[in-house]
Amino acid sequence: MAQLSIIVNGQRHVNEIADNILLVDYIRETLALTGTHIGCDTSQCGACVVHVNGISVKSCTMLAAQADGAEVTTIEGISDGENLHPMQEAFHEQHGLQCGFCTPGMVMSAIELVEKNKDLSEQDIREGLEGNICRCTGYHNIVKAVQTAASKMQR
Amino acid sequence: MYATRYSKPKNIEEAVSALHAAEDGKLLAGGMTLIPTLKQRLAAPDCLIDLSTIGLSGISGDGISGAGDGLIIGAMTTHAEVERSAHVQKQLPALSGLAGGIGDRQVRNCGTIGGSIANNDPAACYPAALLALAAQITTNKRTLAADDYFTGMFETALAEDEIITEIKFPKTHKASYAKFGNPASRYAMVGVFIAKTDAGGLRVAITGAGQDGVFRHNELEAALAQSFDVAAIDATAIEDSELMSDIHASADYRAHLIKEMSKRALQAIG
Repeated sequence: MAQLSIIVNGQRHVNEIADNILLVDYIRETLALTGTHIGCDTSQCGACVVHVNGISVKSCTMLAAQADGAEVTTIEGISDGENLHPMQEAFHEQHGLQCGFCTPGMVMSAIELVEKNKDLSEQDIREGLEGNICRCTGYHNIVKAVQTAASKMQR
Repeated sequence: MYATRYSKPKNIEEAVSALHAAEDGKLLAGGMTLIPTLKQRLAAPDCLIDLSTIGLSGISGDGISGAGDGLIIGAMTTHAEVERSAHVQKQLPALSGLAGGIGDRQVRNCGTIGGSIANNDPAACYPAALLALAAQITTNKRTLAADDYFTGMFETALAEDEIITEIKFPKTHKASYAKFGNPASRYAMVGVFIAKTDAGGLRVAITGAGQDGVFRHNELEAALAQSFDVAAIDATAIEDSELMSDIHASADYRAHLIKEMSKRALQAIG
C-alpha cells in the first residue's frame, strides 16, 4: 500500500492504494467517476482515455501510482458546470455517437488532438483517433463532430 | 495483476539499488508492453521500478549544443516527443516519422525509445533504426554498438542490473523507413530501414520478419552498394527460410514484403 496524492478534475484526493491498482480502476472504483470506461482492457480501444498532465493516455495501461502528483482530467471534468465543452456540444450536434460506450474516450482523445494541432484535415483526425475504436462504426459523424469542435475551439 | 511493490527512485543509483534489493525486480519505462504483460499475469515481478523521474528524457546533439555531429536521445524520451521534435524532424526525419507510426497517439504519449529497445520485440520499429543507423546504446555501465546489443528475439546484451540511459545516432547522410504495419496493432509485419552513415556505411535493417528479431539484410546491402536504386532491389532474391511465419503472415509473404518495403524506403530516401 502506498499513499497516492492526485488532482482529479481540479480536486485533490489523497488515498491509500494498492501498488498494483490501475489508474482506470482508481478513477472508477475509488473516486466513483464511472464516465471513464473499460472497453477492451488491452490498451487498444481507447474507451479509458483520460488526460494526465495534459497528455492523453489509456488509463487501463497505467498504474495509479504512476500518476502520483499528477493532474488528471476525466470526461466529468471538461464541462463548465451546465455548459458543455465545445467537443461535447459538437458530438451532440453532429450525432457523433450511437451506443455511446466509446464516447468519453473519443471526446478526451479528440480534445487533446485539437488542442495540440492546428488546421487538422479529415485524414489527420482519422489518424489522430486511431487509438479509439467505435464498435458501432460511427466514425463518420465522429469525424464531423471533431471538425465542428475544432473550428469552434480554434476560432 | 499479481500483487507487486512500486518504487519511484530519484536517480540511477537508487534504481540500481532497488533492482538489487528485489528478488525479481522489473524496470518500468513507458509501460506499454510491461503493464499489459502484468495484467495478463504473464509476469509476476515483486517490484516495479519506475524510471520516469531519474532524468533520462530529452533530445540533444548537433544543432542544439553545437557540439558533436550526432543526435542523442534519452532513454525515457517518448515516441511522441521524438515524433514532434523539430530537431529530429530536421536532422533525422526518418526517425521522427518512424516514431510517429508506432502504435497510436496514446501509446506514443507513454511509450519510450529505451523501453522499446530493452524489450526488443521482434516486430518493434526502433530496433531497425538503431541497427541501420549504427547507433550506440549507453547504459549505466558501458556503451554498446547496436550490432552487439540486439542478440535475439526479446533478447539483448543488457545485464540484469543494467539501465539504458541514452541512444546516440551518428551523423547520417541518408535514411528512410518503410513499414507494412499490422492493421490492428500497428506493429511491423515487415519494416525496412535503409541508411547511410559515417559510422556504419550503407545498411539495410529488417524488423518484423526475422525469427531472431531484427537483422541486417546482407544481400540487399550488397546489391545497393553496387547500385543504389530500385532495380538493384528488384534483382535481389529474398530468401525466406529464416523468416517468421505466424497467423499474420507466412515467411513467403514476409519475403515479398521485404522487397516491397525496401523499394518504398528507397524511393522516399533523403
